[in-house]
Amino acid sequence: MLHTEIAIIGGGPAGMCAAIAAANQGARVTLFDRGKRLGGQLVKQTHRFFGSEKEYAGIRGIDIAKILYEEIEKNKLIDVKLDTTVLAIYSDGVISYEEGKSYKRMTSEKTIIAAGAAEKMLLFENNDLPGVYGAGAVQTLMNEHGIVPGNNVLMIGAGNIGLIVSYQLMQAGVKVAAIIDAAPKVGGYLVHASKVRRLGVPILTSHTIKTALGNETVEGAVICEVDDKFNPIPNTDQTIDVDIICLAVGLSPQGELLRQTGCEVKYVPSLGGFVPLRDENLQTTTNGVYVAGDSAEVEEASSAMVEGTIAGLSAAEALGYGTNIVAIKEGFKNDLDVLRSGAVGEKIKSGLKLLSC
Amino acid sequence: MRIKKHPVLSSIVEKTEVEFIFEGKMLKGYEGEPIAAALHENGVRVLRHDHRPRGFFCAIGNCSSCLMEVNGEPNVRVCVEELRDGMVINMQEGKGKLKGGEE
Ligand SMILES: Cc1cc2nc3c(=O)[nH]c(=O)nc-3n(C[C@H](O)[C@H](O)[C@H](O)COP(=O)(O)OP(=O)(O)OC[C@H]3O[C@@H](n4cnc5c(N)ncnc54)[C@H](O)[C@@H]3O)c2cc1C
Ligand code: FES
Repeated sequence: MLHTEIAIIGGGPAGMCAAIAAANQGARVTLFDRGKRLGGQLVKQTHRFFGSEKEYAGIRGIDIAKILYEEIEKNKLIDVKLDTTVLAIYSDGVISYEEGKSYKRMTSEKTIIAAGAAEKMLLFENNDLPGVYGAGAVQTLMNEHGIVPGNNVLMIGAGNIGLIVSYQLMQAGVKVAAIIDAAPKVGGYLVHASKVRRLGVPILTSHTIKTALGNETVEGAVICEVDDKFNPIPNTDQTIDVDIICLAVGLSPQGELLRQTGCEVKYVPSLGGFVPLRDENLQTTTNGVYVAGDSAEVEEASSAMVEGTIAGLSAAEALGYGTNIVAIKEGFKNDLDVLRSGAVGEKIKSGLKLLSC
Repeated sequence: MRIKKHPVLSSIVEKTEVEFIFEGKMLKGYEGEPIAAALHENGVRVLRHDHRPRGFFCAIGNCSSCLMEVNGEPNVRVCVEELRDGMVINMQEGKGKLKGGEE
């Protein structure tokens, strides 16, 4: 069976940074991603990133992926496996995966899980009709494959993702009929909200979707107002003509592989759902299994990159590589603190307090 | 509809056009793009029926909403499976039938 020192599952910003950090200390790394190229969520982000300069704020997501990729390509200690889906991690540590069309197995000394997050669904009548798409799916179709999803979109969710994807839809020439959100206030940053408002898109807060209309595919939607307990207010129904309903109602960490390792998880809504307990090195309660990025808690690319670096350094350190790693890690831990300084950061930090082990 | 002009993405380049068969009809798409993208471009949004019509949802191979029969093989996630020249693609009913399996 094949063997590697550090197996990293997921080649988004977290996994890429973990690979770079560990290999720079001398460890041999295998980086798995099921996609055809590295980058994870970054490859569909056409906007300039928020966050701190050290984590490439101001640069478009697609370009950050390129910078990290070039660094990985140069490093001979990193073996990149693309088009490779990790299927399972067994109790004896065997990792099974499908590389192209072949089924293979590998063992590792340490494993870092950086598999990202999955989009949440929303309950409403006919939510399975073709034309009800996740925001990520719309982005993939548009920004990776150059195809617009339809002509007229209802966006559900006025957080940053809902706002940014709405703007990207308009850049691609698609009409956005409205952005609705059940919360009484816009959740995303004001800059993003102003951008779409200026283009004439109404943002309807305290609104929800009741039904998707259509027999075979989406032909419209019924929306209504909600009260402060999120209950629909009678006689406020409104029918709108749209052919796409786009869901941007949050993400939840992808935890299947983590759970297969037997690590302890807890339900923490502010972090996106079930998330693993971890120590300050991002090691879970399963010895030798680390977690980083959106799989650890749904946050941002900037923090995912720093977490990936800390996990990579820690795994390399545990294998006896590097000198002075404790001090290097201190620097990155401080970076994380700075990134988590705002109101959103406070929420993340109080969620994380419940998870230390 | 294909995006022809985009303020940020310059990488949407011309690719090789191929032909494929969907439910007996000849359609065109680009070699290597996801089958679901090529179908979408041809106005096909309903990919299968499982009591109810289903289309894609996640577009990254996560959710299995997009299973179709490709070259006789059922349960192919067409949001990640790449289009090749001459492919025969059919809508799938329910769980689909295994190639060479019993009726
Ligand atoms: C519209 C939008 C806008 C955003 N804007 C910003 C922004 O401006 N600033 C910011 O900081 N953040 C932003 N983010 C958030 C950021 O993109 C994510 O937080 C970040 O990408 C998380 O990184 P990650 O490496 O943990 O996961 P991902 O980027 O999701 O990467 C996970 C990778 O793991 C792979 N994978 C999963 N399972 C397996 C498996 N079993 N086998 C093999 N591979 C697997 C996936 O293919 C994927 O490539 C935005 C997100 C969205 C959707
Ligand atoms: S749309 Fe989710 S797997 Fe294809």
